[in-house]
Formats: sequence, structure tokens, C-alpha cells
Amino acid sequence: MRWLLLKDLQLLRRSPLVTGLLVVYPIVLAVLIGLAISRSPEKPRVAFLNQIPQSSGLSLGDTGGFSQEEARHRLCANIECVSASSRGEVVEKVKDGDVLGGLILPADFLSKLQAELTTNSAESAKVEVLVNEDDPLKAQVVDDRISSLLNQANLLLSDKITDVAVNYERLLANGGEFEIPFLGQTVHVLGLERSERILRALEGSLPPAQRSQVAQVSDFARLARQNLALANQLLSSIRQPIAVDKQVVAGSVPPLDTFAVAVAAAVTLLFVTVLLVSGSLALEREENTFTRLTRGLVSRTGLLVEKSLLGTAAALVVTLLLLIAITPFESISWSRIYLIVPAILLAGAASSGLGLAIGAAAREVRASALLAFALALPVAFLSLVPSGTVGKGLLDVIHVIAGAFPFRPALDALSGAMSASGPDLGLPFLHLALLTVGYLALARLALRRFA
Amino acid sequence: MSQGKTPGLGRDDPVLEVDGLSKRYGERAALRKVSLTVGRGELLAVLGPNGAGKTTLLSILAGITKPDGGRISRSNGRIGWVPQQAGLYRRLTVDENLRLFARMEETGDVEGTVERMLEQTGLADRRGDQVSSLSGGNQQRINIAIGLLGDPSVLLLDEPSSGLDPSQRIRLWEFVAGLSEAGTAVVYSTHQIEEASHYGDRLVVLADGETIFDGSFEELRRAAGPGPEDGSADPENDFVRFLRERGH
Repeated sequence: MRWLLLKDLQLLRRSPLVTGLLVVYPIVLAVLIGLAISRSPEKPRVAFLNQIPQSSGLSLGDTGGFSQEEARHRLCANIECVSASSRGEVVEKVKDGDVLGGLILPADFLSKLQAELTTNSAESAKVEVLVNEDDPLKAQVVDDRISSLLNQANLLLSDKITDVAVNYERLLANGGEFEIPFLGQTVHVLGLERSERILRALEGSLPPAQRSQVAQVSDFARLARQNLALANQLLSSIRQPIAVDKQVVAGSVPPLDTFAVAVAAAVTLLFVTVLLVSGSLALEREENTFTRLTRGLVSRTGLLVEKSLLGTAAALVVTLLLLIAITPFESISWSRIYLIVPAILLAGAASSGLGLAIGAAAREVRASALLAFALALPVAFLSLVPSGTVGKGLLDVIHVIAGAFPFRPALDALSGAMSASGPDLGLPFLHLALLTVGYLALARLALRRFA
Repeated sequence: MSQGKTPGLGRDDPVLEVDGLSKRYGERAALRKVSLTVGRGELLAVLGPNGAGKTTLLSILAGITKPDGGRISRSNGRIGWVPQQAGLYRRLTVDENLRLFARMEETGDVEGTVERMLEQTGLADRRGDQVSSLSGGNQQRINIAIGLLGDPSVLLLDEPSSGLDPSQRIRLWEFVAGLSEAGTAVVYSTHQIEEASHYGDRLVVLADGETIFDGSFEELRRAAGPGPEDGSADPENDFVRFLRERGH
């Protein structure tokens, strides 16, 4: 048994590429994926810019209100606030993917909120939210986070406002002193209880001398109506006192359904093409036909181009069949076929290039299939990690890895081709073209030790 | 083997001339100034122990490996090459393989060439069979047939009989002999002296990358010196004795 084990270890030692990939690659990916998962949902990083003057706060009558410190403390308990000193800095951080989004409190936010809560001001207090919608998944994450934050803030305010409403209610019931907000005037509120007592005392007889007391009752009734009106305004404002002004500073997203179709198409295209091309090239060596072919029948570069054409054609057929099969369930914009076909062809060419590099490096059909799976599957997963859900350094690493493989640009090209609201096509097309050339060059280099 | 050949074939009508071929792999010299001439229809056996440089020589002659030095000149006509391991698509049928390579060789009449090769290999009745279902001997015949598709004046065979059983070997050599008789020069590598003595018009012996003998088997025997006292003739013993006397 031990000799067999020793033999297997010797074989592994003599296959440094496969052994290295088997050991190093899963570790690197596990670390990246582990970090991505462990960092993602708990506290999203949000760039925070407070433009409200330091001295301002929110006053809600007798029950108090919020100081800026308290508001910030509560907000940053739920998100990781990354302080920014200017709007430009917020935009930069959002564009870079350093943060999930940017939150800007405008200078007039508190005064507008105060006016909304205490008068019948029609103008809502708005916070400005800046987002980078790289893809619909991220857009969904961002929307969820914004909704969550907004709900929390509104809930906090509604708690405070409920306290105010309860005080008004007590005042109406029991009577007392009431300070009119902003005017600084204090009025005496009789209260329903005392009104009842007065009215009971007046029961049976209403001599003229007691008309002033009746007048007090009349005044109370009027004030009560006004207070109730105020309470109604307050209660209506509880529902949504803070509004959001959302701005997309980078990225353009197709509908989520279209994106899902693009993901399915990109995954299928990548796997089919890479497996086919890598296996096809490795088979030439296993069948001992490579040397026979390249002895003068076809050049090595010519052989690579032939395999690349095979993979690209297969990618076109398979992806179009997939889209046709999906059509009854999801609406595909077939009017954009003139963009869809070039996107598939370029994605197919880049995936074929990757397949050629794998096939030339692995040199055996089974090893190439293993390598193709080991590379394509985790890379496809990593490519879908939204920016802002992990730290900037880690995100940069993920971007470099994902950018070196055709899945992400293929996804961008396909979603951009299938939807007018998708990403621009220029960059992914260029990216795919460069990857194709790069992988072909790598494969050509690897063919030097292929025979 | 040359008794049945067309008159005029042989070294007097050279189709391939090699002069001073050298090749190094790092520190190791695989070939050191090897020279030889091959005549039309000649059967030349390149013989030598393992690592002598036989495969390197054939690879250079086939144009697969570039020499570090030396010169190769050939008469009009192509050089056909047959690798040691059959270079065939095992999932394709016999005639699909022949047709593919005939097209790539740009032979004028593809179908005619395929038919000719099927007839020549005696595999016409197996034309529709996948290559993977053929015996090793029959696969080797197809392998050689593909090497012949370009109608070469010289055919290079790298250890063509390795892995074949005795009856398959005999059929293979009969097939090769037929090619030679038809005027194709055949250069083959082997480390089996018996095979070389039976099926070679001439032997070139390589050792450590050098040519240490070039002549007929009888000349080799004489060069090896007297054999056992009982006078028994054993080509293998003669060859080993020859090598030992030259320090190999």
C-alpha cells in the first residue's frame, strides 16, 4: 500500500502544473469566497456625508427630538459608515466599488423634516443616495439596503412622533400648558376632563353671569379641533417622513429577468466551449495526430485557429438554442439579434481561447476537463460578487481574477446585447477580443511542449 | 529483400542525402555528424541500442525536429512519416481517416487515393469500421497508409513493428517490402537486429549519436568477427558482439 502511495506522490510531483492547481487554486478561491461570504450581509459599507450645520437638530416638541450625534450613532449601528468630506469623494468611493452606496444628508434636510412634521409643508425632506449598479443583483442589494435603512429611520421618527401624539392626547384629556412650536407662545389647554366638570356644573341652569365659562368651553372645543388636526397631520407624516433621492453614478442595469437569462447563457456558453475546445486540442495529442498534422499539413497556429472556430461556432449554436428554448418563458428581444450574435461570437472566441490554453497546458483530455471545471465554475461565481459587498482590496483581487477570464465580459456583452438598459457593449467587446488574443498567444506558447 | 525489385533501384539513384547532422538536447549530444544516403526503393534499417539517436534522426528527416547542424537534400518528391504510435483518430472509421488525411495532403483524386490505400492495406472490407476496433497490426497498416498518402519518394517508419505479434509483424514487413519494390525508399528504425537483417537492404548502426556502421548485414557480421565455435548463426549475438567490440 505505502509503495502505491509513494508512487502516486511521485506522479503528482512530476505533474507540477496539475498538482499546483489542485492545491493552490482551491485554497485561493476558498479564501476569496470565504471572505466574500463572511463580509457580505452584516454591515454594508456606505459612504456618509453630513452637510447639516453642526448646531442643528430635530425638535419634536416637549418630548425632545434628535441631536445629530444621536442620529449618526443610530444610523452607523446598522451600516459601516465610511466618512466622506465632499460629494466628490462619495461619488468616487461609489464608482470604485469601495462602498455599496453613498448617503448624503443635505444641509436643509433637518429644516425640511422639521417643517414637514410640524407644519403642513408639502416639500419632503430628502436624503441623497448614490449607487453604482454594476448589475441587477447589486441593484437589488442596494435597493434592499436603502429600503431597510429608510424604514429604520422612519420607524425611529415614528416612535418619537407617536410620543408627541400621546402627549397631545393627554393634553386634550387632562388639560395643561402647551407651547406652540416655533412661535414660542404658551397657551393654557383646559382639557376634556375639566370641560366635563364645568359642563356638569352648568347643567340645569345657565344664568347670564356664567357666560364667560361657557365661552371657555367654546374656546376649548375650537382648540381641541385644531389640535386634532395637527395630530392627523402628524400621523400622516409618520408613514414616510424621509424620502430618498436615488442617483446612479455608475453602471446601467438590464431588467433582472434579462440578466438571469444572460447569466444562464454565459454559463452555458463558457462551459460548453471551454470543455469542447480544451478536450478537442488535448485529443490531438492523445491520438498522436498532433505531430502528424503539424508536420506540414497545418501550422500550429492554424490548428489553434481551427479549434477556436469550432468552439465559437459551437458557442453560437448552443447559446442560440438556449435562448430559443427560454423564449416561451422569458421575453427575449430578438429584434436585437444583430447585437446578440456578435456578443455570442466574441464570448465564444474568448472562451475558445481559454479552452485552447487549458488544453495545451493540460495535454490530456481528462486533465483538461478537470482543469476547465476547476477554473470556470469558481470564476463564474466570483464574477457575480457585487462591488461594495466586500472590502476594496479584496474586490480588486476579485476584479483582477474575474477580468482574466471571459465569464464577466461575456455576461456584460450578453446582457448589454439583450437589453437596451444593459451595459455599454464597447468595453466588454474589447475585453473579449483582448482575452481571445491573449489566450491564443498563451496556447501557442504552451504548444511548444505539447507533442 | 532486394531480389524482386525493379532494376536500377538503390544507392546509385539517391533520393535522400544527409550530411553531418548534429543535434543536442542541453548537454547531451543526440546526434554527432551523422551522414547517410538512401537510394530509390531501398530499405534502410537504422539500428542501435535505446538512446542511440534513431528517433531523433528520423524526426529530423521528417521535418519535426530542427537539427543544430548539417544538411539534408532530397530529390523531387515528398517525405512520408509514420510515427511509432499510430497517429489516427480512433473514433473515425478507416476510410474517414484516410479521406481526411488525403484531403489535407491535397491529393488530386481523394476518393481514388482512399480506394488505392484500402486495397494496398488489404483493409477494404474494414473500411467502415472504427479504427479503435482494429487490431494493432491493422492500425499500423492504416498508420503507414496515411504516411503514403502524399505519394512520397521516401517513407520514414519509426519502430513500425513494436507492439505487434509475430504474424502481424510478418504481414507488416510484406506490406513494406511491397512499397520498396514499387520504388519507395523506406527508412525505418528498429532495435531488433533480426528484423533488420531480414527486411533491410542496408543497415546504419547508431550508438551514442554516432554512425558506427553503414553497410549490409553480411558486412556487419564480418566486422563483428568470428562467432561461437559451433558456427551457429545468431544475428543478435553478432550485433551485440559488434557493439561490445566498439565499446557500446
